[in-house]
Amino acid sequence: MAIPLSYVARNLSTRWVTTLLTAGGLALVVFVFATVLMLDAGLRQTLVGTGEYDNVVAIRKGAGTEIQSGITRPQAALIESHPSVATGADGRPLASKETVVLIALKKAGAEKPSNVVIRGVSPAGFTLRPQVRVIEGRLFTPGSTEIVVGGAIARRFEGTRVGERLHFAQRDWTVVGAFDAGASGFDSEIWGDADQLMQAFRRIAYSSVIVKLGRVDDFERLRADVDADPRLTNEVKRERVFYSDQSKALSTFITVLGLTLTAVFSIGAMLGAMITMYASVSNRIGEIGTLRALGFRRGAVLGAFLVESLLLGLAGGVCGLGVASLMQFASFSTTNFQTFADLSFKFLLTPAIIGQTLLFSLAMGLLGGFLPALRAARLEIVDALRAA
Amino acid sequence: MFLLKLVVRNAFRHRLRTLLTVTGLAIAVLAFGLLRTVVDAWYAGAAAASSARLITRNAISLAFFLPASYESRIRAVEGVTRVARSTWFGGIYQEPKNFFPQFAVSPAYLDLYPEFIIPAEERAAWARDRKGALVGRQLAEQFGFKVGDVLPIKGSIYPGTWEFVVRGIFDGADSGTLTRHMLFHWDYLNETLRKKSPRRADFVGVFVVGIDQPDNAAAVSQRVDEVFRNSLAETLTETEQAFQLGFVAMSDQIIAAIRVVAYVVIVIILAVMANTMAMSARERTSEYATLKALGFGPGFLAALIFGESAALAAVGAAIGIAAGAPVAAFFKQAVGIFPIFEISSDTIALQVACAAVVALAAAVVPAVQAARVRIVEGLRSIA
Repeated sequence: MAIPLSYVARNLSTRWVTTLLTAGGLALVVFVFATVLMLDAGLRQTLVGTGEYDNVVAIRKGAGTEIQSGITRPQAALIESHPSVATGADGRPLASKETVVLIALKKAGAEKPSNVVIRGVSPAGFTLRPQVRVIEGRLFTPGSTEIVVGGAIARRFEGTRVGERLHFAQRDWTVVGAFDAGASGFDSEIWGDADQLMQAFRRIAYSSVIVKLGRVDDFERLRADVDADPRLTNEVKRERVFYSDQSKALSTFITVLGLTLTAVFSIGAMLGAMITMYASVSNRIGEIGTLRALGFRRGAVLGAFLVESLLLGLAGGVCGLGVASLMQFASFSTTNFQTFADLSFKFLLTPAIIGQTLLFSLAMGLLGGFLPALRAARLEIVDALRAA
Repeated sequence: MFLLKLVVRNAFRHRLRTLLTVTGLAIAVLAFGLLRTVVDAWYAGAAAASSARLITRNAISLAFFLPASYESRIRAVEGVTRVARSTWFGGIYQEPKNFFPQFAVSPAYLDLYPEFIIPAEERAAWARDRKGALVGRQLAEQFGFKVGDVLPIKGSIYPGTWEFVVRGIFDGADSGTLTRHMLFHWDYLNETLRKKSPRRADFVGVFVVGIDQPDNAAAVSQRVDEVFRNSLAETLTETEQAFQLGFVAMSDQIIAAIRVVAYVVIVIILAVMANTMAMSARERTSEYATLKALGFGPGFLAALIFGESAALAAVGAAIGIAAGAPVAAFFKQAVGIFPIFEISSDTIALQVACAAVVALAAAVVPAVQAARVRIVEGLRSIA
């Protein structure tokens, strides 16, 4: 027969100061654990969400990112005229020849500038990214020195409000609008006319060509043709794969650093739980003896103390998760090591993270409580009763 | 003397609990020290940078280059003593995870960096070999590079696989010098580009500018930028230190997060420690009442509890700080990306301060309670 849960729960509430302190320590560890996972999830969502499944990015072979890449005009023309590329309503191929450069802009209130991506797009560029919507002002007029800024840029950088002007590449560029790209990487970019930007920056080659496939499964055909063509020194990737590759280094860094930290912290918190549970056992030796004398088996005592420490872990887990869920309202920005550009993303709480976090907190409680519970279960009835 | 004896006896009465608390404290102090050191390592590049050197780069961003012809115009600026070219190569050695920086530099670069110590014959051998490369000591040790090795490096900015021959290994003048990078001839890069993609040739990533007086850095920077104002490639000149801090600033939110988390671990251990002290005090309520009945005042009881807390914290902190150096050395080996990873004296001072705060804060509530306990109630209480 099992010891009633109410007895177990009451033990925790009687020593509420100790319970609070122990659960508080656990909650802090859980908070760090959950925040790291949320940050990583947010980063992945931002970069994976940047890509459309049936879009394909062409860059120079080996370049890895658009910043390092270069595609000559003849190469771009060859790629956009490939039969697998879809045709738009105007009869032209759905392809955007883009020029991507970094400029240094100052964040509001910061001393040092951060690198921001400026992307020159062809008119089809907006059709290819249906998630991009104008939220303020209007789109730039093709062939003009007008630019539109992403939602994450407009709030944080100097001189990027609608109506203001930015000076770079010997010209003044007017900000005519702000766009929202559905929490994707484009939110951290500034867009303008590809040909204007190329001239201003004295570029002779595009950075990348983005095309929409006519049929989703035409990708292999396009890739085989690009690889086989000796005039093309390019490689093509599905847009989604292209952007998730760019999240790899930063994502690994955040996960490894964060999880190492959590592992170390969790040792501290588990020791705390262990101290509490040992005290809980040694304070109740008489009670344990009585329970055993009443007929409860060793297993029942073991179970009762394990449940007690699991409850302790769960309390910490729920508190930690509750505070961590508030982090969803915050956003985080840092330089992506691979593209060298500033990227802004949010903390994202997914059901999987909730599950992992609660499991983690229960595991901490279990590990912390196991040895003390074992000690309680192994007490001899006579000794225990005598100690009381 | 009696107080001290009582404190030590009390602290080690529950041996298991003391062991667990001290272990927790040691781990927390150690983790705190390592986290602070990670942040320091981030700033190592800026700390090693000289304020007597300037970096001139394209004002738009680092992704844009400057014409090589700017070199002689910069040299003509008043206050400039030397100018060297340096271009970021961004190549991959075998695998992307083996990242290390490679710079294509002109020979004057080595004169501008006296902290890179290289034997004269190795420098001469490098100068004679167009494909020659110099690698830093930290880099050579990490990958086992030796003089004469051929390094195939795949370019990400400059296509193709490039081969370099190690002609020398340079040491840092002191432990703060970063030597985890490779230098090779800018001329080799440029001549290859002239053949393969002539429109990319004759450009330089940044110019490293030596100046006569460090105090003149601001004035010389302005004069250099003035020369190129309204040209096709406007320049931005700043001290090397400011240039390096610019890189650190790009990751400032990550650094801020690590800083916050370093204090989170202290709060975690504070909770554990406070718990230990609260439990001990609670169990000893009747003892405190006895002591009071014997005539000891509340001050004595408070001193007893503070002393016990301080004793536990001192032992834990001592272990944590002592473990710092070997763990940091291991961490440096295991991670490999931080060329400099040593726990600074500031960090140790902070570790001590944190342990002291934890010891004090953990003992406040139990001490007040013990001081207030009424003799009759205390004698009656059971744990």
